[in-house]
Amino acid sequence: MMATRNWWTFLLLGGVIVLVALVAELVGDRLLVRITTNLCISMVLVIGLQIFMGNSGILSFAHVGFMGVGAYTSAVLTIPLQMKGMALPNLYPILAGVQVSPFVGIALGGLAAALVAALAVYPLMRLSDAAAVITSFALFVVLHTIMYHWSAVTNGPRTLFGIPKGTTLPLAAAVAIVAVLVALLFKESRVGRLLRASRDDEIAAASLGAHIPRLRWQAFVVSALLAGIGGALWGHFITSFSPKQLWLKETFVILAMLVIGGPRTVTGAVVGVLVVTASFESLRSLEGAINRAQILSEPLVGMTELTLAVAMIAVLALRPGGICPSREVGYYLFRGRARDP
Amino acid sequence: MSAAQFVLDVLSLGGAYALMALGLVIVYGILRLVNFAYGELIMVGGYTMFLVSGSGLPWLVMAGCGVIMAIVAGIATDYLAFRPVREKSVTAVLITSFAFSTLLQNAALLFISPRPRAVPLPELFSRTVEFAGVITPARNLITIAVAVIMLGLFSWLMRSTALGIAMRAAATNFRMARMMGIPANLIISAAFAISGLLAGTVAILWIGRIGTVVPGIGLEPLLIAFIATVIGGMRSLSGAVVGGFLLALIDTTLNYTLPQDLLKFRDAFTFSLVILILLWRPEGIVRGPASGQRT
Repeated sequence: MMATRNWWTFLLLGGVIVLVALVAELVGDRLLVRITTNLCISMVLVIGLQIFMGNSGILSFAHVGFMGVGAYTSAVLTIPLQMKGMALPNLYPILAGVQVSPFVGIALGGLAAALVAALAVYPLMRLSDAAAVITSFALFVVLHTIMYHWSAVTNGPRTLFGIPKGTTLPLAAAVAIVAVLVALLFKESRVGRLLRASRDDEIAAASLGAHIPRLRWQAFVVSALLAGIGGALWGHFITSFSPKQLWLKETFVILAMLVIGGPRTVTGAVVGVLVVTASFESLRSLEGAINRAQILSEPLVGMTELTLAVAMIAVLALRPGGICPSREVGYYLFRGRARDP
Repeated sequence: MSAAQFVLDVLSLGGAYALMALGLVIVYGILRLVNFAYGELIMVGGYTMFLVSGSGLPWLVMAGCGVIMAIVAGIATDYLAFRPVREKSVTAVLITSFAFSTLLQNAALLFISPRPRAVPLPELFSRTVEFAGVITPARNLITIAVAVIMLGLFSWLMRSTALGIAMRAAATNFRMARMMGIPANLIISAAFAISGLLAGTVAILWIGRIGTVVPGIGLEPLLIAFIATVIGGMRSLSGAVVGGFLLALIDTTLNYTLPQDLLKFRDAFTFSLVILILLWRPEGIVRGPASGQRT
């Protein structure tokens, strides 16, 4: 079970999410609600990545791939029957007659991603450092290629449309809060602690009997579960998407959020999402304002990502642990008092 | 299709692939850095040629400008993305190189255009010639010739010059090489510069096939270089060349034999191969210098 300071961390982070969602709902501005919903979805994805990357210390590029698995699974299962003939004309008959509610779809999307991860990645977990990164990148390319070309299920490179709108701000916020809890529980679990021991010293942890590939695998499956759920939430939020929206640019944004916030802590993941979303949205509206005013002859694109890339390099050079490098926020409440047992 | 045609296809594709792989592995061998920004060096070369295209200079000078800018961009990768985090974790270096790749791509989007831009090419590139009884685009023969020259130059550099020998020593054991008085920063910058030189050369050959440059042009060469180096051996320079030609052989064979609806999944097959090789034979076909530790 978690120590008191970790419950405080959960309450504080959950409180922040509730607060942000409440403010957006009370202001009621449609754009603000959209942005906040997106923020909660990103939080689910980034916390999912934190579970693997933060505890194992290994960079994974495949996360958006599993997000795609979740998004497509849920989409295929929830598109209304009368739409299916149009959206996916070549769908296998066995799937063509299925229609479940978005909630069930989101859950199944998460499970599908976790299942794919569980079956595919175990051998990959033996690798560390650069080899691990290249294999995760290769896995991402494989997943992307399949999504891009498996026309029967994903409509190929074309946009898949007709996905029912199911993601509301309260739902996304609730899932984000659950994700925070899952990440904290995982971090404090036996698996999480052993895995972090292996992150800090692989040989020492192995000599104490830690089965490193299995520990990493367990973390990866939990991480993929959240990626799948996040992807499905995203699918039911934007209601039409193509594999091009699940590629390197999205990977970059999610990675930037985690790296800027601090990959080793759940607090870092939450803070990173908040900070990056805030700056991203203000830059984007600036970009939009410049384009609308037509100051330049051609529309301005890429400024937002450019700034984010510079920020990411700066953070890694100046503060490599991110904004919250090693302590969860709950720790600061108990600093100076008696330590928890 | 004749056998000569097949061989010519494999050789010209393999020449380009080998140069791409070599540019990636020269940095990886010394620094264990998978340079995700490598593809963007190719992009920089292409855009430079586009930018100088109106100048009326002879084509060779314009191509030279492209190569020089690719070298500059390679050295910039070292200074901006690599050096600040060199002392930190492998992960940090990988992330900064990924960030630098995004930075360059978006700079091209922002300051040039998201739309394709035409790159000046000499008339020779679009001509076809008959060679050994096969009619083939002249650029294929140019690619083979350039690859042979570059590979020859490169192996001379690595074998016979002080710089090359120092770089190979650094690739074998970086710390030991430093203790012997090899200046680390110089070696690293040189590796990035050579990587840029190869990328610039590849840019001319690769864009010669398409004729235009877009911000995302670097991705495909990067992926090719990835596969080729993993097949050939991440630690070995000759392995990268072998891997490049082997990948070209695999690709060309698949192109000729695989049915159309499976061909779409070619990348999925080749990248699964990458994963399998890293699991079962992480040293690739050509074993590099022993590193003393398994990764």
